[in-house]
Amino acid sequence: MTDEKSSASSPRRRLLLQGSAAFAAGLAVPGFARAQDGGPIRIGHLTPRTGFLGPMGEYAVLGATMAVEEVNAAGGVLGRKFELLTEDSVNPQTASTKAQRMVERDKVDALVGEISSASGLAIAQVAARAKTLFLQTGCNSDELRGKNCSRYMFHLEACNTMYVRTIGQALLRDGMVKGKRWMAFTADYAFGHDLFKQTKKFMDENGAVFVSNDMLPTDATEFSASLLKIRQQKPDLVMSNLAGNQTTNFTKQYNEFNIDIPFAGADMNMTSIWGAGKNGFSGVWPIIWTHQVQAPSAKEFVARFQKRWKKLPENQAVNDYLAIKILAEAMARTKSVEVDKIIAFLEGDNSFDVLRGRPGYFRPWDHQMVYEMYTVQPSEDKNAGKDDFMVTSKPVPAADQSLEVLAPTQEENMCKFA
Amino acid sequence: MPTELIFIVQQVANGLLLGFYYLLIALGLSIIFSLGGIVNLAHGAFYAIGAYLIVFLSDSLGYGLAFVVSPVAVGVLGMLVERFFFRRFYRADPTLSLLFTFALSMVIEQALRMIFGASPLSFSIPEFAHGQVIVGDFFYPVYRIGMLFVAIAAVAGTWLLLNRTAFGKIVKAGINDPDMVRAMGISLNPVMTAVCGLGIGLAGLSGVLLAPITGVQPAMGQEILTAAFVVVVIGGLGSFWGVVVAAMLVGVIRGLTSYFYPPASEASLYLLMLLILVLRPRGLLGEKFERLE
Repeated sequence: MTDEKSSASSPRRRLLLQGSAAFAAGLAVPGFARAQDGGPIRIGHLTPRTGFLGPMGEYAVLGATMAVEEVNAAGGVLGRKFELLTEDSVNPQTASTKAQRMVERDKVDALVGEISSASGLAIAQVAARAKTLFLQTGCNSDELRGKNCSRYMFHLEACNTMYVRTIGQALLRDGMVKGKRWMAFTADYAFGHDLFKQTKKFMDENGAVFVSNDMLPTDATEFSASLLKIRQQKPDLVMSNLAGNQTTNFTKQYNEFNIDIPFAGADMNMTSIWGAGKNGFSGVWPIIWTHQVQAPSAKEFVARFQKRWKKLPENQAVNDYLAIKILAEAMARTKSVEVDKIIAFLEGDNSFDVLRGRPGYFRPWDHQMVYEMYTVQPSEDKNAGKDDFMVTSKPVPAADQSLEVLAPTQEENMCKFA
Repeated sequence: MPTELIFIVQQVANGLLLGFYYLLIALGLSIIFSLGGIVNLAHGAFYAIGAYLIVFLSDSLGYGLAFVVSPVAVGVLGMLVERFFFRRFYRADPTLSLLFTFALSMVIEQALRMIFGASPLSFSIPEFAHGQVIVGDFFYPVYRIGMLFVAIAAVAGTWLLLNRTAFGKIVKAGINDPDMVRAMGISLNPVMTAVCGLGIGLAGLSGVLLAPITGVQPAMGQEILTAAFVVVVIGGLGSFWGVVVAAMLVGVIRGLTSYFYPPASEASLYLLMLLILVLRPRGLLGEKFERLE
């Protein structure tokens, strides 16, 4: 410092210093203002854009982008605009690095997104260390709400148990469980393993007879060997715990092999159904939302989405859309971007329009959003249009049941916030 | 026959059928390498273009016409790529063509993503090919049997072209001694253009055939390319019958692993490749290659 002082005594040097100080101040002032008021509220959005979850990630970005546009068109929140920073999360390592960079360098006010449970866990750890809010929109693993739960993480996506119980109710109703021999095909990674565990638990509890489970590599695209095996074993029911593009291809080929054994599964996305197509889609599946949901707010959302993106919305777009809209509502109602106030608001007795018949809410003890779910299966109507070759059931749970019957109880999936 | 044995025979037969799909894509890869010395990492991307074309053209042209036009269009694209790009790399360091084709595959994949989106496009088996063939205990979808005949015809056609025509003689001579062919006053340039058109057109045809079975999505090329490389490496680079035998072997091994131990079904290809490379580095029927050895 003394060195600088002495050299600053030269007039030219002083001028230079003053100039750069003024320049630095010029940069620093808006930066300061940005953090305080007037500048945008920044949202770090991470989701897989490539790989087998990429198709869903694409919709996540469309949903999130539209939510931010709507928030800003309505004048923003607290007089500030929302700014979306969206990136491909790729894999857990990259997701962690990018989340860290968003928190530290970009100073985001919240993290939103993700589909892979493994990457979701990595982001949750960064969020917890930085005490930043993370609204996850696509990770299904029960452990993320149980053993690995975090005070800073909220779950817009349903957990595996919720999916299994939704399809389970449909199967029980149709008499497809008790005493029935069932075969399983499972995606060979964390999500699939967890889903198989929950499915098997449900089937065992309800008296089904387990035949076999095949773990299939996530990069497999051709399933003729498995399909021949199904024809050989002749079970009463085939359950899929597959993921992403696997689901599309397996469903298509199941239809191609014309297997007349009932087919169901505990995870489905609209991208997979559209990918399988009218002649390829088969089975009965649980889903968190479809464009056929009969609720006024859902219909309005479908119309807005179609106008904005020239295509129908699907379930992943809805989760990312809702996460940002709920975040905006929480900030507006608490008049704050402070993480503790927002957590208190989300944990509190507040419910949200989740584009379904009944409003949804976060359970305070594990931060799981509970909402109506649905089952979806091929339409009987042979003349159904290219967007409506599937039919969406009435909401599950039924109107007279608590929304919480699907999600695991505190005893089943213990969560302790550190 | 005991039931277990019937199951196994079914899986073996299924593996042989799968082998033909591998063969179709691996064959083009192999002939482009044999003549031009180019390891075409963009081969899978052309396969994806074939799949997208049939989905896209079926709406306007109908399935039948689209089925013919799509592979031909991919072949023409292959000829253009040869004329304007591959040609620069025949005498260059192989690393350059590797880099170029790798970049080309990424450009194509991202272009497909930009134009059609990341979601798989829906495309189903045409109505006339629905149904199954049942012979005793054996059962198979009609479409896959149709695919098998198309694949056999394409492979047989390629063999006849390379072994029974004047064109094939020039190709073979070009592989053995390009300088002598030139000294005889025959230009290899149009031959290379035709060979790339053929090889890449075969990749397009595989895409057309597999589009109704596997998802039509931008990364589909990468998935199949790895398997195709395994087939070429096992068979021996540049060997027609080597590739044929390897494709069948890979199909059967994969089918049997899917039956007995499904988690290893994808890994089984690589284990087989490892084994072959250790025991016979040039591949099953590969000839000694000056370029490599």
